[in-house]
Amino acid sequence: MFEATELNRKNQKTERLWRLLFLMMTVLLILPVLIILGVLIYHGGPMITIDFLFTEPTNGMTAGGILPALVGTVWLVAVALLVSVPIGIAAALYLSEYAADNWLTRSINLAIINLAGVPSIVHALFGVGAFVLFFRFGTSILAASLTLAIMTLPVVIVATRESLQAVPHAFREACWNMGASRWQTIRHVVLPNSVSGILTGVILEVSRTAGETAPIMFTGAAFFLPFLPQSVFDQTMAMSLHLFVISTQVPGVPENLPFGVALVLISMVLAMNALSIAFRMVLRGRKKW
Amino acid sequence: MVRPENGAGPVKLAVKDLAIHYGPKSALAGVSLDVREHEIFGIIGPANSGKTSFLRALNRMDLHTTGMRVEGSIHLDGRDVRKWRNVYALRRQIGVVFPLPVGLPLSVYDNVALSPRLRGIKNKADLDVVVERCLTRAALWDEVKDRLDSLGSLLSGGQQQRLTIARALSQDPKLLLLDEFSIAVDPVTTMRIEDILRTLKDEITIILVTNLVQQARRLADRTAFFLSGEFVEVGETEDLFTGAVRDPRTRAYVEGRFG
Ligand SMILES: Nc1ncnc2c1ncn2[C@@H]1O[C@H](COP(=O)(O)OP(=O)(O)OP(=O)(O)O)[C@@H](O)[C@H]1O
Ligand SMILES: [Mg+2]
Repeated sequence: MFEATELNRKNQKTERLWRLLFLMMTVLLILPVLIILGVLIYHGGPMITIDFLFTEPTNGMTAGGILPALVGTVWLVAVALLVSVPIGIAAALYLSEYAADNWLTRSINLAIINLAGVPSIVHALFGVGAFVLFFRFGTSILAASLTLAIMTLPVVIVATRESLQAVPHAFREACWNMGASRWQTIRHVVLPNSVSGILTGVILEVSRTAGETAPIMFTGAAFFLPFLPQSVFDQTMAMSLHLFVISTQVPGVPENLPFGVALVLISMVLAMNALSIAFRMVLRGRKKW
Repeated sequence: MVRPENGAGPVKLAVKDLAIHYGPKSALAGVSLDVREHEIFGIIGPANSGKTSFLRALNRMDLHTTGMRVEGSIHLDGRDVRKWRNVYALRRQIGVVFPLPVGLPLSVYDNVALSPRLRGIKNKADLDVVVERCLTRAALWDEVKDRLDSLGSLLSGGQQQRLTIARALSQDPKLLLLDEFSIAVDPVTTMRIEDILRTLKDEITIILVTNLVQQARRLADRTAFFLSGEFVEVGETEDLFTGAVRDPRTRAYVEGRFG
């Protein structure tokens, strides 16, 4: 018969202790998120009506809906994505599949990681200097979206590169040995097997873009503009800035209004994240090795 | 087809003064040998002796390996492999089978059809013919003909290795490189693959790297011995085992009294 020794028992005890500790940390982590959601739904939930989503703000933004801000955020995110996704994926493909592993590539990779850490206010000021003034786009959706695109590019690149690297190197070697060019290898083997990760990265980036305030504040988002934008050269309202404005800048806003705006914003983000999780699950289910 | 007597065939692959470095480190040096058409050419040697590096140099995988340098000359059908204007065309002539089976994450059918597709064959009927022929030659057709659409990477290890061979054959190669193909394969499958190789040799020249000296003895017409990055010698396979070779280290290795 096997008898547990003193050491076995001690190990088991420490094992339980660690487990408990990690569990507590996890709960601690989820708790604030749940509280935020709860408060938002409690205060903001009753605000959300069809009218709220589809009418313009009135009475100096103390009443009415959020349509221009909602539409503006969609514009900003869409244009930013149109710019950053193709460039980001192309750059990641180059860095992961083509570039030789030398000091230059390594420093570029390092630079990209550091770029992801640049504070958004710095990107904002860069956007003003580069897009608003130098390229003379003025304060416009274009300038704001380009600023957002530059800010999120590193995220797209890193996410894409990581999904590409997750495809085993042996697959590439097998293809090259068959006489496939690098592009054929990417096209037939690497991309089909990394697309889920890339999509996830892109969608996560979308949600980040939707919530940013600083980069669009000086470059294209308007304080109050109760019209829908007609082209990328117009200014627009945006959800994040609207929330900031009605919470801090406008007197006499009913207490529940900011909660409603915040709830819509966070729902947009969460819906995106849910989509990315769904993608992941569908494509994981078809994981091929 | 009449098989030429051993040693009588024309030279398929001529290697002269080949040396391979990774960065400053030498992996293999002083290789000069000829592989003749329609022979199975064995390469034996303990781990770390440069066998895989040798194979990689033949199909110019040095282009994909940072720091890998190849000196000396390699001629395939009389043409310097480094002078091929199109390295992809060169690689299509050389099929490779790795030690561990690499089933690409595609269906069984697509695994074998990939190479023809890369060459531009699109017609389904043509592809069907190639797929069936290659799987049959790799002794896999009967086992997978009902599940051509399932993933190649879900086959058993031994089946995947035969799938890899079928895929290599789908390139219609003139030269087949096998790198310790039986390492992850059971003895029965190994014997089946060995039988396949014996029949293939009527059409294809085969270079067989193996760490099983008895496998080299069973299959190879001639065999070269590499040791720690040094090319020791090359000779008729039987001579390596009967002591008619010059270098005592070869004898010691094949008889298993080494190190
Ligand atoms: N990509 C690489 N980069 C650097 N060094 C390498 C690389 N590939 C192989 N080497 C080195 O080259 C030497 C020979 O390796 P190689 O794989 O050719 O040996 P091998 O004879 O195939 O061994 P095994 O029987 O274990 O497969 C080793 O010292 C190895 O460390
Ligand atoms: Mg090897």
